[in-house]
Amino acid sequence: MNEKRNVKIRVRNLSKVFGNNPKKALELRDQGLKRPEILDKTGQTLGLSNIDFDVYEGELLVIMGLSGSGKSTLIRCLNRLIEPTEGEIVIDGEDIPQLDDKALLECRRRHFSMVFQNFALFPHRTVQQNAEFGLEIRGVERAERAEIARKALKQVGLDGWEDAYPNQLSGGMQQRVGLARALANDSTVLLMDEAFSALDPLIRGDMQQELQELQSRMQKTTVFITHDLDEALNIADRIILLKDGEIVQIGTPEQILTHPADDYVKRFVEGVDMSKILTAEHAMRKVRAVAREGDGPRTTLRKMHEHNLDSIYVTRRDRTLMGLLEVDAAEQAAREGADTIGAAMTQDFRKVGPQEPLHNLFAMFSEKSFPIAVVDDDERLLGVVVKGAVLDQLARAAEENTTADADTETAAAGEQ
Amino acid sequence: MAIEIPSIPLGQWIEGGLDWLTSEYSMVTRGISQVTQTGIDGLNDALMWLPPWGLLLIIVGLCWWVANMRLAIGAAAGMALIWNLGLWDPMIETLTLVVIATLVAVVIALPVGIAAALSERLYRMIMPVLDFMQTMPAFVYLIPAIPFFGIGSVSAIFATVIFSMPPAIRFTTLGIRQVPGELIEAADAYGATRGQKLVKVQLPLSLPTVMAGINQTIMLALSMVVIAAMIGADGLGSEVWRAIQRLRPGDGFEAGIAVVILAMLLDRLTQSLRKQRKS
Repeated sequence: MNEKRNVKIRVRNLSKVFGNNPKKALELRDQGLKRPEILDKTGQTLGLSNIDFDVYEGELLVIMGLSGSGKSTLIRCLNRLIEPTEGEIVIDGEDIPQLDDKALLECRRRHFSMVFQNFALFPHRTVQQNAEFGLEIRGVERAERAEIARKALKQVGLDGWEDAYPNQLSGGMQQRVGLARALANDSTVLLMDEAFSALDPLIRGDMQQELQELQSRMQKTTVFITHDLDEALNIADRIILLKDGEIVQIGTPEQILTHPADDYVKRFVEGVDMSKILTAEHAMRKVRAVAREGDGPRTTLRKMHEHNLDSIYVTRRDRTLMGLLEVDAAEQAAREGADTIGAAMTQDFRKVGPQEPLHNLFAMFSEKSFPIAVVDDDERLLGVVVKGAVLDQLARAAEENTTADADTETAAAGEQ
Repeated sequence: MAIEIPSIPLGQWIEGGLDWLTSEYSMVTRGISQVTQTGIDGLNDALMWLPPWGLLLIIVGLCWWVANMRLAIGAAAGMALIWNLGLWDPMIETLTLVVIATLVAVVIALPVGIAAALSERLYRMIMPVLDFMQTMPAFVYLIPAIPFFGIGSVSAIFATVIFSMPPAIRFTTLGIRQVPGELIEAADAYGATRGQKLVKVQLPLSLPTVMAGINQTIMLALSMVVIAAMIGADGLGSEVWRAIQRLRPGDGFEAGIAVVILAMLLDRLTQSLRKQRKS
């Protein structure tokens, strides 16, 4: 995560005023007035104010906020479905707000594909024709675009449905068509506007997972909008939290959860923070493979390779935890012709009891990326906790919790 | 004591304007007149050239193809009745006028309707004009038609086009404006030009509504073509007109029933055309 990354889109000082006198509104903003006062004084709505952020090449960036926070405006400013009032949005050296009509069309065709909350499929076109839309607009030849669209439909698991019409499909399948339309276009950036919000929770979970898989496979730069923190935590590489048209915090899911920037974020996160109740046991998974103290380094290496592990826990026959073996140490032991791996083990890992609260585990992850070992009172290995699982558990708990909290949350938002 | 307020000479102004138009543009009107008359004669001759049973078969076949057996049977019975009553030729003349007037009206209405849907300013300019065209009593259009095009079928077409065009324009505009904003947004997001948006999204999605407008236009055209008998248009209208002048209610009703049959046939036919498109 820490390696230097290329910036795909650079957004600086982006503001949007809805109304006929944006100058006045921006002046008041510069004097330190906030959205409600500006609306009172000028009748102008400050949709976005001084937004600065970067979208890195290949990342999945989630912009999250409650309704009215400006997230839909923000994503539409990127491809100028909404004209920004001021600021720059630079993609591959082009400043989007400065483009003339023709260049803008070209820019949209090359750089942006969009997936919409209510799918926005064309009802008079078949699934195949919908998937071809972007290519057709760009003038790609018939046979070629049919081929590309078919591949995209296959990627989202819709092969066999090419000739169906959107109204013959379920909501989840319709959104797959929306996704296929975006993928077929092969633009450099994928914009997803509350793409999964209209789907029921089970399907939404599936789609989130599929998006992550697609994303990690294709490394497509993605900007994803949601009002759902659970969803954001689940899929994001980084999260931008928006409130009243301003950025409150930018960070990884862990940073947002563990170091909320202010009370607003904290209140948001509190809905999620079930970590005090959840323990290591909840997030723990079975160990895929362990090594024995007496095993030879080559056997162990093969085992690690088989299970695709960078490190492996070493136990006795009764599963008493003896140590951890890293792949480097195992290779060295093999080179040196050691008989067993006993000497190559390290004790530099974290172990916790099954009752350890989940939030304590965050800090441990930031030091080392090994899975955390969960052991019982007799030091026997019960399982391991990997990083993603903690967030997963928290997110799942949050979902159950936020439904109960939704009323208070909207009430709080109403006061702002 | 009553104060004499001089009445505004609105009528005189309009007459002056019409006279001026008639004399200044007589070349144009004569040209239009000739072209239209040729069209009417051509179509009329073609339809008359077919023997009644031939045309009847074609119409029945058409009904069966675009609609269903029931309409086909109804059409056969209706056409046979008209033939039997000796109203076949007037019916053909009326049909010709309706077809030509509708064609002209649609050819003008579609681009105007599309333009009005895309431009808010044009929309606000056109809508009051349409209200005027539709609410002005239909007979009034007959009067200026005569100095422009003389007595006869061309004048009838002129008045009919003006009277029947508004729904086609209105429905076209409505249909395009009804296309959901999110679909327009989707087209924009993928970089569609205005033309691509129109051809690939707006027009196909507004087609059912446009067809409903054309259906209305046909119905209005039929009613106007009948009235146009007053200025010498041939067809079923002139049969009715003659029956009125001779006080022969039987003849009048016979011609009237023929109009009803023709109207129902055209209506069902265009409606099922629309439904077919929808599904």
